[in-house]
Amino acid sequence: MPTTAPAFSDATASDSALRRFLHGLPGVDAVGLEARAASLGTRSIKTTAKAYAIDLAISMIDLTTLEGADTPGKVRALAAKAVHPDPTDRTTPRTAAVCVYPDMAATAVAALAGSGVKVASVATAFPAGRAALDVKLADVRDAVAAGADEIDMVIDRGAFLSGRYLKVYEEILAVKAQCARADGTDARLKVIFETGELSTYDNIRRASWLGMLAGADFIKTSTGKVATNATPANTLLMLEAVRDFRAQTGVQIGVKPAGGIRTSKDAVKFLVLVNETAGEDWLDNHWFRFGASSLLNDLLMQRQKLSTGRYSGPDYVTVD
Amino acid sequence: MSDNRLSVFKTYKLYVGGKFPRSESGRVYEVTDSKGKWLANAPQSSRKDARDAVVAARKAFGGWSGATAYNRGQILYRVAEMLEGRKDQFVREVADAEGLSKSKAAAVVDAAIDRWVWYAGWTDKIGQVVGGANPVAGPFFNLSTPEPTGVVTVLAPQESSFLGLVSVIAPVIATGNTAVVIASADSPLPALSLGEVLATSDLPGGVVNILSGKTSEIATPLASHQDVNAIDLTGADAALAKELEIAAADNLKRVLRPPVSRHHPEKGAQSAAPSSAVDSDGTADWTADPGTHRLTAFLETKTVWHPTGALGVSGSSY
Amino acid sequence: MASAFEYAPAPESRSVVDIAPSYGLFIDGEFTEAADGKVFKTVSPSSEEVLSEVAQAGAADVDRAVKAARKAFEKWSALPGSERAKYLFRIARIIQERSRELAVLETLDNGKPIKETRDADLPLVAAHFFYYAGWADKLDHAGYGANPRPLGVAGQVIPWNFPLLMLAWKIAPALATGNTVVLKPAETTPLSALFFADICRQAGLPKGVVNILTGYGDAGAALVAHEDVNKVAFTGSTAVGKAIARQVAGTDKKVTLELGGKGANIVFDDAPVDQAVEGIVTGIFFNQGQVCCAGSRLLVQESVQDEVLDALKRRLSTLRLGDPLDKNTDIGAINSAEQLARITALAETGEAEGAERWTAPCELPSAGYWFAPTLFTDVTQAHTIARDEIFGPVLSVLSFRTPDEAVAKANNSQYGLSAGIWTEKGSRILAVANKLRAGVVWANTFNKFDPTSPFGGYKESGFGREGGRHGLEAYLDVR
Repeated sequence: MPTTAPAFSDATASDSALRRFLHGLPGVDAVGLEARAASLGTRSIKTTAKAYAIDLAISMIDLTTLEGADTPGKVRALAAKAVHPDPTDRTTPRTAAVCVYPDMAATAVAALAGSGVKVASVATAFPAGRAALDVKLADVRDAVAAGADEIDMVIDRGAFLSGRYLKVYEEILAVKAQCARADGTDARLKVIFETGELSTYDNIRRASWLGMLAGADFIKTSTGKVATNATPANTLLMLEAVRDFRAQTGVQIGVKPAGGIRTSKDAVKFLVLVNETAGEDWLDNHWFRFGASSLLNDLLMQRQKLSTGRYSGPDYVTVD
Repeated sequence: MSDNRLSVFKTYKLYVGGKFPRSESGRVYEVTDSKGKWLANAPQSSRKDARDAVVAARKAFGGWSGATAYNRGQILYRVAEMLEGRKDQFVREVADAEGLSKSKAAAVVDAAIDRWVWYAGWTDKIGQVVGGANPVAGPFFNLSTPEPTGVVTVLAPQESSFLGLVSVIAPVIATGNTAVVIASADSPLPALSLGEVLATSDLPGGVVNILSGKTSEIATPLASHQDVNAIDLTGADAALAKELEIAAADNLKRVLRPPVSRHHPEKGAQSAAPSSAVDSDGTADWTADPGTHRLTAFLETKTVWHPTGALGVSGSSY
Repeated sequence: MASAFEYAPAPESRSVVDIAPSYGLFIDGEFTEAADGKVFKTVSPSSEEVLSEVAQAGAADVDRAVKAARKAFEKWSALPGSERAKYLFRIARIIQERSRELAVLETLDNGKPIKETRDADLPLVAAHFFYYAGWADKLDHAGYGANPRPLGVAGQVIPWNFPLLMLAWKIAPALATGNTVVLKPAETTPLSALFFADICRQAGLPKGVVNILTGYGDAGAALVAHEDVNKVAFTGSTAVGKAIARQVAGTDKKVTLELGGKGANIVFDDAPVDQAVEGIVTGIFFNQGQVCCAGSRLLVQESVQDEVLDALKRRLSTLRLGDPLDKNTDIGAINSAEQLARITALAETGEAEGAERWTAPCELPSAGYWFAPTLFTDVTQAHTIARDEIFGPVLSVLSFRTPDEAVAKANNSQYGLSAGIWTEKGSRILAVANKLRAGVVWANTFNKFDPTSPFGGYKESGFGREGGRHGLEAYLDVR
């Protein structure tokens, strides 16, 4: 299996080997993990560090619209916002990507052409993932063919929770194969665990390793469609996983918390988690993303406050 | 029975590590009854006997403290059963030692047997009474449990050679401590005979070790002994008690001071040790309700924390 | 840590606290000079700046304070418990109101990070008073018999590592049970106790119920020896604890001692490693390791030793040492030049005896007393740094192979205050906790405190318990 890191090729040799490997990972103590995340949340980020963090956070946003009501017009408006988040201040960085459903990928690609802002498409029967494998793979193929730079897939939580880890693993491999383009390049693959459905931190750690072994380019917390999405604790846990994976394999994997991150204060806390857990190598939108929509405007208001000294208001940022 | 028959004397021996040695020093001293009549030659223990007793008590501590409370309770009860069968012997020894009438001595022995029963019942209850869950303000399970302190040196009361003796030994071992007991210097025979009872009561060797001799000679090395965890000074007079308490500070032994009135006259009776246990003249009344203070004096409280946290993050669906 | 994301300094404002240039002793509700007029300076250990000059109590002042406490005892102990309770509730509330001020003050005088005074010390101080306030009118139900009586005047001597928290641990149960108090704070951290005197004033506490004597060890010794003191409570070194135990021998003074420790933090191979690393860090670097229950001996199972040590070193490299008032500071200053000298000497002994020294990469400020987080590997039970309490940010790492060996090594100490266990196996936690001879056992956590939870040691770590229902016993006549 070429995409599995060589150090762990034995782990994925069979369903039982994979189970042994995943269940042999160190456990997670929930209280300790949450206490550590909360303690990093008390870091006080001010002045220059705050300005840096806000711009970094803006540049890490996967500006997202994943609604049944999405239209080409809505997607184009979002794309415009991604390219020029603050029309009054051209020094504002662009967001990392625009994230849409597969049928909107082509629209987004056209709208963002030449901007450097990536197009991410969810796929694999997002968000539930409850469809036949062929359907899921076709979903991915369509999105890649439409020019999506990145694919945000969901894992089969049912299979994971019933212990069929190899099924989950092989499905990720299959999706990864569909990310290949004719020119030999690949769309980057983000693997969404839906941490709120995995329920326990032990499961999130196992899912993280499973995803990384299967060749995920990013591991992502959630779809944004369930009650509990990204939290400081589950993101910290996934940052520990990518840190440990790189230490053991040399392969760096990105992390994307998604859903529920709405304020600048929250975003800065997540950046502190990145800084102090995985380290500064991840402080780059190639390795860390925020899956968010309303977060951008709050970051822009904070940015305006820092540059003007006045508190801004919602009428001074654009609603798209 | 012929009146002419010459009786068989008993050689009184120490009780150490479940065995009955003589003092390694080879010394004995004369024990008389309250009227001065010779009763026996008791072993006069030395520093080395004291040291051997500590070794035996330490060796026994792991097993005894690790035994179930139910098991310890049954063994203490077994002591009462064995004593009941040898009541006559103890009535005679107590009457001789304390100058009591046969009926008064019998009452003392009865009370002593009942005291074993009282403490036998405490072994599996004291943990519930003095331990428990603590409602900490955080996601933690937090439980305090009493544990035995370790090896306890017990200076048995000088006057009450049997009821007092039992009243100081039983609470020490009920909770899982092991004991090195210094018998009443003038009246050691009931204590030495108690050793014979303990040896036949399923009590593991070394849990109780009984030494006779000069109290200060035996107690002084025990008070400073670094492998003794606590000392009960009940049988010490004020001067000896102070001296031993100072020596006990070397390794911060837990010290149970003698039950005498406290010093501050202006605080009056209120400040004395629990009045039920002390007569107006300051001597101990061993027939009073013993309460729990002799149990708790040789207990440590261990508090264990563990995170609880939530079962998992909430996992609602679409 | 040189990073693109360098946190700018975020100092807590000093302006919330107003430190007077000088303070007197607090006796019988009044601030007064020492009888002999002596004073001493208290400095900020992070800058060596003189913060204030305080009166230095002598034997005559001790006598005056004990007399005041004795006089106050009659009325205070006769007060209905429900009334005493309300005084204590008032104190708890005023502490909450003034907690930012007190946190900054404590950080200035002690050198510990504001993050700790703000998030640990002060919340625990208020909680302790709130907890014991509630006991004052429920003593009949505390398991010490009907109408348990107070002892009288409590002489209390506290250390510098948690000045206000140790004051709370001493004063709250003493007052709840109807005793009156003469308390001596440590000479390097007198200020928060003097601010507490002001809180007593605001709460309307009757005069003489709480008396604060700032001063040195001689004042503490005089207090312990004073013949009209009925109760001695001491937290500090084992050496002084032993001296106190000798001093009170033959008296009827009731004594509780909270002394040194050399806590073993045991990490098994099935531990939740990331949380264990956090627990190790919390265990030995909380309050710069100046904690009697610190997990200063790390016992790690050989099969995971390398993994744990790598993770630990990586984590230690992220600790931020510096200005204690900066909200981002993890490691503050050592409390005094004297303590720094002791830590330095013991660390040098560790090296001289052959242990491998590793120090976290961090720059030390030029003024003040600082010691970088340090760990020693290749430590054995025979090393001085495995046996002596260092009371500083120095961790000794030992290894073990089996649970039996871990327990044997953990218990192989004159101390018995705290221990930690890290394993995901429940039965092992219970079995090991059962065998450890330590008063507080933290399983899969470390250095957690709560007013309801009894705290205190086995063996030479002292005797008696503070906190919880158990903590009442020390102040009641229930011998």
